[in-house]
Amino acid sequence: MEMIAERGRRVTVEELNTSKLLAHARKQAVQRKYDDLLIVDCDAHHYENENYGEILPFMENDVLRQLSIGGRLSGRRSLVPSQAGFTQDMGGRVTRYPLRATEKTEPGRIRDVQLGERWMDAMGVDYSCLFPTGMLNIGLHPQKEMEADLCWAYNRWLTEKVLPESNGRFYSALCLPFSDPDASLRQVETFGHRKGVSGFMVTTVRNIQVNDNGLMKVYRAMEERGLALSFHSGPNWQEPVFRACNRFISVHALGFSFYNILHCTNWVINGMGERFPKLPVIWIEAGLAWIPFLMQRLDHEYMMRPSEAPLLKKKPSDYMRDMYYSTQPIEIQDREAMECTFRMMNAETQLLYASDYPHWDFDLPSTIFDLPFLSEKAKHNILGGTAARLFKLPPRNEKQKQNLIKYGNLAA
Amino acid sequence: MPEKFVAKVAELKDGERRIIFDGDNEIGVFCHADQFYAYSNFCLHQGGPACEGLTIAKVEERLNPDKTSRGLYFSGEDLNFVCPWHGYEYDMKTGECISDRRLKLRRYKVVQKGDEIYVVT
Repeated sequence: MEMIAERGRRVTVEELNTSKLLAHARKQAVQRKYDDLLIVDCDAHHYENENYGEILPFMENDVLRQLSIGGRLSGRRSLVPSQAGFTQDMGGRVTRYPLRATEKTEPGRIRDVQLGERWMDAMGVDYSCLFPTGMLNIGLHPQKEMEADLCWAYNRWLTEKVLPESNGRFYSALCLPFSDPDASLRQVETFGHRKGVSGFMVTTVRNIQVNDNGLMKVYRAMEERGLALSFHSGPNWQEPVFRACNRFISVHALGFSFYNILHCTNWVINGMGERFPKLPVIWIEAGLAWIPFLMQRLDHEYMMRPSEAPLLKKKPSDYMRDMYYSTQPIEIQDREAMECTFRMMNAETQLLYASDYPHWDFDLPSTIFDLPFLSEKAKHNILGGTAARLFKLPPRNEKQKQNLIKYGNLAA
Repeated sequence: MPEKFVAKVAELKDGERRIIFDGDNEIGVFCHADQFYAYSNFCLHQGGPACEGLTIAKVEERLNPDKTSRGLYFSGEDLNFVCPWHGYEYDMKTGECISDRRLKLRRYKVVQKGDEIYVVT
């Protein structure tokens, strides 16, 4: 077996054998005649996670056992739900989670590209902005330098391997190591011009203030380059206040919206819209129901406390209407509330369709296409026209081109 | 009424299902506790393959007389089938969505003729 050592040097090692690895310890034991005295080791370990297949079936509660096994007995990394993946699939009810590794792809092409083509073609999607999953929690990494280097590695892999192989079907908002403004700026300067890069994404599961002076140079660099800034939300069961939740539905329902509410509030109140009026800002995967709430809340308070937001020249909701929002997971249970939301946020020009596939609460294009209160123009804009204009995505056929022209969205 | 062959009785055992295609229509036929249940395979949520996911007992939360929770349990009586796209869960016996029982999958009649099962489309 080969192990990669420093500077990519490959070192051939034999397979691990514990007895062989500890041969020198055995020599010591013999030399010191340890057999003559009783030695007790009061703390040693095994990797029980390699045995979850045998351990989990012993769980007493049927429901908790089902959630933990989740349709598969191997491949579990952690049973502590610091990451969302623990119960997202509801014990395997969303079957593509436990079955993911069984899907076959062709050799010689990047697997993620092939999988992406399959679901895009199935849904009728032309282009997709690709985001990571596990790295949505990168903001929680305690080591800034590690966050920066992991983002760098991911961004290189994506721009040098994945996006080129997708023949333009995938584009990306690359990961920004937000904890380190200097590293963030370096990555904007290095990757910002690469093909398929529409901008950069900040994972909002973190508590850095978006208005921190150290970050202004990053926003300026992005604005100068015509790049978009995306804030992508996530859940975090370890967030102190969410430790009060005992079910994942609660952590998910509140957390995704909460993190975007938090950072959007800071963005608006600190006048980022005035400082960077040409920087497109997109709020991703928090649903839409939070938008009317925040508009009302901030407008109400700003009217009484303008001295705390002195950069603002208009109401907070007006700044929010200058920004963009992805649709998913669109809250569908109250059609009138949805219609009001669309009106308040000026959805026709500010809303961007998103699937979030393959995550458990993905949305098909029909969630927008079938809305009876939307005009044809609004449907075309939301489903792709606005994104085509923002990210200069070309039509893929003549009919698409005609529609983009018709609704003023042809930019490439 | 047009009927579509599903399976021989002996071939559709308890816990199994078949998906029947009738033009653009798709019908899921389940065998559960020696009864057959047939429902539209188009989830009422976003049109996913409602009959092609897990079948799993309904989850109940049991309360003590003092309203403290005894925890989560699987029902001994109620079985659901779950749309694999998003987890919409349907009552096997009625086709009702258990989160909102006003939502109900179209149900189809299943008839047995000798040792063969048919669904009335």
